[in-house]
This record gives sequence, C-alpha cells and structure tokens, in this order.
Amino acid sequence: MLEPAMIEIERLSLWYADKRALNDISMTIPKQRITAFIGPSGCGKSTLLRCLNRMNDLVDGVRIEGVIRIGGTDIHDAGLDVTELRKRVGMVFQKSNPFPKSIFENVAYGPRILGVRSRADLDGIVERSLRAAALWEEVSDRLHDTALGLSGGQQQRLCIARAIAVEPDVLLMDEPCSALDPIATAKIEELMLELRSSYTIVIVTHNMQQAARVSDDTGFLLLGDLVEFGATRGIFTNPGDKRTEDYITGRFG
Amino acid sequence: MRHMHEELDHLKQTLLLMGALVEDQIRRVMKALVDRDDALAREVIDRDREVNAYDVEIDEKCVEILALYQPTAGDLRFITTAMKIVTDLERIGDQAVNIAQRAIELNREPQLKPYMDLPRMAESAQRMVKDSLDAFVARDTALARRVCADDDPVDALKEQIFRELLTFMMEDPKTIPRAIRLIFISRFLERVADHATNIAEMVIYMVDSKMVRHTLA
Repeated sequence: MLEPAMIEIERLSLWYADKRALNDISMTIPKQRITAFIGPSGCGKSTLLRCLNRMNDLVDGVRIEGVIRIGGTDIHDAGLDVTELRKRVGMVFQKSNPFPKSIFENVAYGPRILGVRSRADLDGIVERSLRAAALWEEVSDRLHDTALGLSGGQQQRLCIARAIAVEPDVLLMDEPCSALDPIATAKIEELMLELRSSYTIVIVTHNMQQAARVSDDTGFLLLGDLVEFGATRGIFTNPGDKRTEDYITGRFG
Repeated sequence: MRHMHEELDHLKQTLLLMGALVEDQIRRVMKALVDRDDALAREVIDRDREVNAYDVEIDEKCVEILALYQPTAGDLRFITTAMKIVTDLERIGDQAVNIAQRAIELNREPQLKPYMDLPRMAESAQRMVKDSLDAFVARDTALARRVCADDDPVDALKEQIFRELLTFMMEDPKTIPRAIRLIFISRFLERVADHATNIAEMVIYMVDSKMVRHTLA
C-alpha cells in the first residue's frame, strides 16, 4: 500500500479479564481509504474497532498490550487527552443514537463543546456537516424539529453528520447499517464512498457483501486473530488463507 | 449500487475498445494479404499481445465485479455475456494472427490468382463483428438477429472459394501449397463470422433472457 498510514497497530493484544479477545494483531490502515473488518460473531472485530478510540477503556477488567498510533501519535500515551482522541476519531454505532434534541443541536453539540460559540459559525458547520452526510436536502426546512422524528436511515446519517461536525481524521463505523433497510443501507454506503476522500473510514460489518461493495481493504478476524488483511478485491477473489476462503464462501461462520 | 453501475459502464467501454482493436486486426491482415505486405502481417501478429491483454483484463474485471457486487438480473446477464464475448473477441484476434502467418508464407511464392472472394468474405465477417458489438451496446436484438442471418452468405462464400481452388489444384499440383493456404484463410474468416454470430446470440440472451444458441438456422 502506497498511501500514507493513518493508523498503525503493532502487536496489539486485548484481554477481557482472563479471556483473550485479540491476539497479537499488527496492521497498517492507510489514509483516506475504507477498511472493513469482517469475521464471525465473537471474532474480535468490534473489539478491535473500539480500541481505535479507546472505547474499551470504559469496560471493566480490560487489559491491552501493544501499540496503536494514529497519525503518528501513540493513543495510549499517558499525556494524551482521550477527549481529544475521540474528537479526532469519530464513531457511528450500530443503532443510531441521536440525542433527544433538535436536528440542529445534534450536529452543533460537538462543536459547541469544543468552544464554537458564534451562531454564524455553528450554522455553517451544521449545514456543511448535514450536506456531507447527504441529509441536508431532506431536513433543511426543519432543523429545529426533534431528531427523533427522523426515519432510521436519516437518524443514522444524522449520527454521521454529528460525527463529522468536529472534523475528525478517522471515522469508525460499527455495523452502521444493520438496523436499516436496503434503500437506507445503499444511501449510507454511497455516503461512505463520498466521505472516503476526506476521512479514513474503518467499518465493522457482519455483512460480507457490504464489505465487498464499499471497502478498499478488508481484514478477516477469527477467534481474536487477524487471519488475513489486504485489498478487498484480492480477499474476495483469491484469499490467501483457507480460513478466509471458507468464511467468505459461507462454509462456516 | 451506483458504484457497480459505474464499473459495468467501464467494462462495456473496455469491451468496445477490444472490439475495435480486433476489427482493425482483421482489416489490417486483409490489407497485408492483398498487398503482399510482410511487415504489416508481422505487425498484426505482434499486436495480438494487446488483444490478449484486453482478454485478461476484462476477465479479471468480470470476476471482480461478480465477487464484490453480486449483480442480479440484467446486470448478471450483462456480466456473463461480457465474459463470453471477450472469449469470442480473443479468438477473432487469433484468427487474424493465423491469417497473417499464412499471408507471410504465401508471399514466398508468386500470387496464385487475384484475390476477389476472400476480401469480400473478410468484409462481411468484419461487418458482422462490428454489428454484433453495436447490437451489444445498443441492446438491439433485431440487429443481433441480422448478424446471425448474415452467417449463411459467409459460409456460402467459403464453399465457393473451396470449389474454385479445387480446380486450380486439379489442373496443376504445384499450386496445392498456395491453394491450401488460401483455403485455410477462408476457413479462418468463416470462424470470425461464427464468433460474431456467437456474440450476437449472447446479446439476444442478455437483452431478452432467451437462449438462442444452437437454435437459429
């Protein structure tokens, strides 16, 4: 891969109490590409994703070894502000989770916390973010209505708008379409392909076809091991490992 | 799905470039034959590498699209059609090489006779290739059916060439090596027309989902 690395993972292992969930994972995730993690339930793909903005810090009994660098910075560095990390590494979850506030306030929330006060600035950020999330046309006339009145697909795009409002470098997506119908899924996938030029996107999906459709690179995890990581077209046409082949051809998992 | 449709458009463009190259190979090799131009015949042989490169590129692209996007219905028929068309185009390219080799051999001896029917045959075969690809692009089954029908006059020309050359050989056995090479060339051109017919049949399948192979007269 010739693209400059955005995320470097070196010999990462993770334990939930005594149970080892990630085994000695090393990988380099390039900038401005879409990287997908696939694998059967419990393989560690979500755990790995959540390592990237230290979401696992919130889980009791978690122990991590190894190094993760994002944009060259060690994210476990003692001097690092986790809030700052999560500003740079945004996240979108399986179930859309808008705040019970207006559409506008959902998107303005992050920038406000980061100290943006001027109404004009906030207006600009909200519009830009909603446009980038392909939602502006649908909500521009009701920005001050509650976000909870949006459809599931719209709520998920709102969450993406909220995540990109603080201009992160990396966007993590944990099963972002699993609660959506095929039309809403197609919109999110199209959006991901558009956001790729501005963000480094890492997506976890148990929908292999989705990984195939949208990602540039795919990592296959199994029982906490990164079995194979490479260009998506290679993984899906000629995987290097028998276990990858068995999984993507539906022989197990 | 927009992504896949962009890929399919690109695939179609690549197939058309390959088709244009193959048509040009036939045109050039016939010029090499008629003008007794060894250098041009060698160019045709060399350029077959480009045809082969297209063959590999398109095949890989088709496999990739199948693997990544799981196309369905018309998109699926388009891909399977593309995979077959590319094989026929590649073989048409091979026929051009076969003709080029025979042309070079023929140039070592004086010309047996002025070539009349072979260029006519080549013209028909070449037009069939062009029409079959036009039918593919325009999804025009009427044109595709015309291509299938055009195959008969080409076969008839081949028979006519065979009978004529037979008389040469019976009169003077020294003409046999040249006559046989010319018969070969007519056979290669007939194969070009057959490949164009295959393409046309696949176009009918792609558009109407009807398999007409082995059923049209």
